[in-house]
Amino acid sequence: MKLTLKIWRQKNAKAEGKIVEYPLDGIDEDMSFLEMLDVLNEGLINSGDLPVSFDHDCREGICGSCSLYINGEAHGPDRKVPTCQLHMRMFKDGDTIFIEPFRAKAFPVIKDLVVDRSSFDRIQQAGGFVSINTSGNPTDANAILVPKHDADKAFDAATCIGCGACVASCKNSSAMLFVAAKVSQYALLPQGKVEATDRVLNMVAQMDAEGFGNCTNTGACEVECPKGISLEYIAQMNREYLSASLKG
Amino acid sequence: MAKSALLKSSIAKKVAMALSGLFLILFLAQHFFINSTSVFSADVFNSISHFMGNNPLVQFVIQPILILGVIFHFIMGIVLEYQNNKARPINYVKNNGAANSSWASRNMIITGLVVLAFMGLHFYDFWVPEMVYKYVEVNPLDETRYFAELTHKFESPVRTAIYSVSFVLLSLHLWHGFNSSFQSVGFNNKYSRSLHTLGYAFAIVVPVGFIFIALFHHFNH
Amino acid sequence: MALDSKIPNGPISDKWTNYKDHINLVNPANKRNIDIIVVGTGLAGSSAAATLAELGYNVKTFCFQDSPRRAHSIAAQGGINAAKNYQGDGDSTFRLFYDTVKGGDYRSREANVHRLAEVSVNIIDQCVMQGVPLAREYGGLLDNRSFGGTLVARTFYAKGQTGQQLLLGAYSAMNRQIGRGKIKSFTRHEMQDLVVVDGKARGIIARDLVSGEIERHSAHAVVIASGGYGNVFFLSTYAMGSNATAAWKIHKKGAFFANPCYTQIHPTCIPVSGDHQSKLTLMSESLRNDGRIWVPAKLEDAKGIREGKLKPTQIAEADRDYYLERRYPAFGNLVPRDIASRAAKERCDAGFGVNKTGEAVYLDFAAAIERYGKEQAYVKGLDANDTKLVTKLGAATVTNKYGNLFQMYEKIVDEDPYTTPMMIYPAVHYTMGGTWVDYNLQTTIPGCFSIGESNFSDHGANRLGASALMQGLADGYFVLPYTIGDYLAPEIKTGTISTDLPEFVEAENNVKARIDRLINNKGTHSVDYFHKKLGKIMWNKVGMARNAQGLNEAIEEIAALREEFYNDVNVPGDAFSLNQELDKAGRVADFLELGELFAKDALHRNESCGGHFREEYQSEDGEAQRDDENFAYVAAWEYKGKPSDAILHKEPLVYDNVKLVTRSYK
Repeated sequence: MKLTLKIWRQKNAKAEGKIVEYPLDGIDEDMSFLEMLDVLNEGLINSGDLPVSFDHDCREGICGSCSLYINGEAHGPDRKVPTCQLHMRMFKDGDTIFIEPFRAKAFPVIKDLVVDRSSFDRIQQAGGFVSINTSGNPTDANAILVPKHDADKAFDAATCIGCGACVASCKNSSAMLFVAAKVSQYALLPQGKVEATDRVLNMVAQMDAEGFGNCTNTGACEVECPKGISLEYIAQMNREYLSASLKG
Repeated sequence: MAKSALLKSSIAKKVAMALSGLFLILFLAQHFFINSTSVFSADVFNSISHFMGNNPLVQFVIQPILILGVIFHFIMGIVLEYQNNKARPINYVKNNGAANSSWASRNMIITGLVVLAFMGLHFYDFWVPEMVYKYVEVNPLDETRYFAELTHKFESPVRTAIYSVSFVLLSLHLWHGFNSSFQSVGFNNKYSRSLHTLGYAFAIVVPVGFIFIALFHHFNH
Repeated sequence: MALDSKIPNGPISDKWTNYKDHINLVNPANKRNIDIIVVGTGLAGSSAAATLAELGYNVKTFCFQDSPRRAHSIAAQGGINAAKNYQGDGDSTFRLFYDTVKGGDYRSREANVHRLAEVSVNIIDQCVMQGVPLAREYGGLLDNRSFGGTLVARTFYAKGQTGQQLLLGAYSAMNRQIGRGKIKSFTRHEMQDLVVVDGKARGIIARDLVSGEIERHSAHAVVIASGGYGNVFFLSTYAMGSNATAAWKIHKKGAFFANPCYTQIHPTCIPVSGDHQSKLTLMSESLRNDGRIWVPAKLEDAKGIREGKLKPTQIAEADRDYYLERRYPAFGNLVPRDIASRAAKERCDAGFGVNKTGEAVYLDFAAAIERYGKEQAYVKGLDANDTKLVTKLGAATVTNKYGNLFQMYEKIVDEDPYTTPMMIYPAVHYTMGGTWVDYNLQTTIPGCFSIGESNFSDHGANRLGASALMQGLADGYFVLPYTIGDYLAPEIKTGTISTDLPEFVEAENNVKARIDRLINNKGTHSVDYFHKKLGKIMWNKVGMARNAQGLNEAIEEIAALREEFYNDVNVPGDAFSLNQELDKAGRVADFLELGELFAKDALHRNESCGGHFREEYQSEDGEAQRDDENFAYVAAWEYKGKPSDAILHKEPLVYDNVKLVTRSYK
């Protein structure tokens, strides 16, 4: 396969960036998208250029490191996969591919395609936990029954990999799907319910403070989410928030 | 410590947006109902219009609330749009929004502003003359004037066309807005599918109905 | 130096309890004056950091990822073992202990394994309270599944994402402490060296991977939780960034490295598709519950498939070789990982491989789909002879059990595993070896601890499925927080440790010099070029089957490659900004040393055990032959300037509670 890549290059957080075009040949359709970038980088290094920086780690779709905006979509044209599981067979010989970093005020670019998503960590630090002592002696795991339906729903929310595709895809750069997944996971379980009021208020306050936009229910996040997290969780968080505001 | 700040938080804003939107939807429904009577019977239309125009509850309680609702919905919409634009200072060079969301959902500000401009025209056409008629010139009550005023306005092909186009954009606004409001207030469950169908039906039937009424009067009088 | 494992006296079931009762403690007011550094934020690191902070210590965590949540524990699929006996199938602490020692081919330390089995039950309680959504039954109780190498169902799980859920639980506990100011989290930071003052670990030198700045951090104790070193093979199921740098740096500062040759090669991974391959993807071991593994029985059929002239579904039942069922009728497709892996290699080496590269075998679900389909048809009162219906019903059942894995396979390979058999091949997955630690999880450097996969202690020569998560969390939540107190109790008088001490200055200068050397080398080949070459040597000569000649060659080749690396590596860019090539270069430089020690260890161990298979030491029918008389010890290597000069120390393994026998799965 022969491709034309148009990649966002930016030296550091303060520098201005721009799109740079790279022709690339000899791409196999069995390659993953990131392996295609490996080939590009190997070529750049060998010709004395600087390779393109991009975040990646597990390359099996679970760590949430990869964060590329490919041809106008978070994680590219395939569904229910992050960038690392996108394969070149989704493209055609001769294609032009735009590769940009995830964009949001709360995700500033560090270099090239690498962005800073520590805002997600800070939202979790504001309340994304159950306040129990790790060094304590909790009750037996089977002492509190949890209906299978609730456990499964909590699990579905908890599969979020924190990649930020929801923010990147949202025209408003809203982080609602990410925050809703965490809030809902705990709200659905008896262990998390105890702190549900403070949790949702604190996490939403932190989300707003980080400079994410407002949700306008376009649904783009749900479509682009590599784990298929449902908009239902956003509705659930809205309910949680409303009742918490009235209580709190 | 909980940091509760009702109208400042993003969720509170969207709930407020949703509730004001739902209120305007209700208003739209009754407005549509009254207007549709004009197609069948000038008398019925006149008598309902007379009631709405002279009932003190409608005039001095509901009407101000409605106006406030419109203003609130519109200011909030602008504020949200401004904030949302700020949340992404650098835009994508290539963005494919159509891959994951509807045009209507991504362009509420455009459809909203068109509807707002239309409302300016609409106020100029009906509401302002009505206010002048009743409260400035203090003309005597006339239960039969409403139908004639209505049909008179739709004699102009330009106005009829502007109205029709505006309704198309209103339809798009409702296409996303109706169902979005329910999602915002936290309503998303097994009934949502039926509700969505209702929402889409409303978004088509009401604006198309308004267009029909406009065209009906344009061609019949 | 004699190795003192500090195993407490007394009967094995009382050791840990008695030991905890008599260990030194630090009073709560004094904990505030003690700093602890934790390197790595996987299951072991984040659970340890959260617990230590909870106890009152000041904790600093370091991870190279952009968030602690992305550590590679997140990728563990299958589950976590615990001797809860919720299923009432006869499980007990002793059984879990016994299975783990046996599964490890009798090369692990009894006392540590028993402690692991004891605290396993607490882990489940802890995680459930944290809001980890483990799988449940309809009655609301926790569900269990069974895994290879055991006779009970003791594995707790969260679909195919158990590691993710457990790590997010530990990460949430960490977040709580970060919110309270008790943990300072340094992300996109990499430890570059350990600082030792007066014989004690007193801090680390770290590099901020974004700014390139070299930082000094002092502490009263340093905990290494940086995982395993499987990336020495280049291709593995490890994350791209997984590295041995922290573990190797402490080795060079005096921590012994134990059993480096014990590596787990996991049998069910997606095969390599070409030279571009950057990493391998694991498919959960649970697939072997229902999938049947086979290759064509005739060489010409295998050749036809490789050339694309034949399809697997065209091979008649009689012409298929279900080699695991043939060789191990008792356990069949559910033999332990090391055995399943070697059997696949044996068939492929004999020319029966089924993909382009000749390195793949089939994992076939056709029989399972038919079996489940007939069962469902019967349950629903439908026609069990309607093939189409049966296939549909059976596929639905298989989707319920393995849907996400089938989807992943299809995305990667672009073939539908419901209609054509999956192709699998073994891949490097876990390293049982690691830093030598005593019963307190302390390395041979006082004040330097090693937990989780980065230490060596619990899995012997082969790890059973669903045991890695158990060990990581056991070490972090329940073991280290106690044992570290014993070391820290006298440290309350030390006070804050200055980072201006000459030892810090020297360590920092060494790190800077090393980085300068790499960045200014300006050779002709990229870092990956060397890493791939190292990987090839390791895989071919120190991989699934090893022999003395190959190992000797590997040792020489790796040493030569290391020299070539330092002469010819090209690291573009500078050291004062984000530079992923520089990060890689530092890691590969360490792998180039570790790989040699790895081969040296494999060469010295003249026996086959667990994941270590020496071709010279096998029975007539190709099974591993252990030598308990001469090799029932831990090989702990002391660094002496070069890997080839490393000195061997032996910790004898004494089994008072388990009888050593030959593992048999026939």
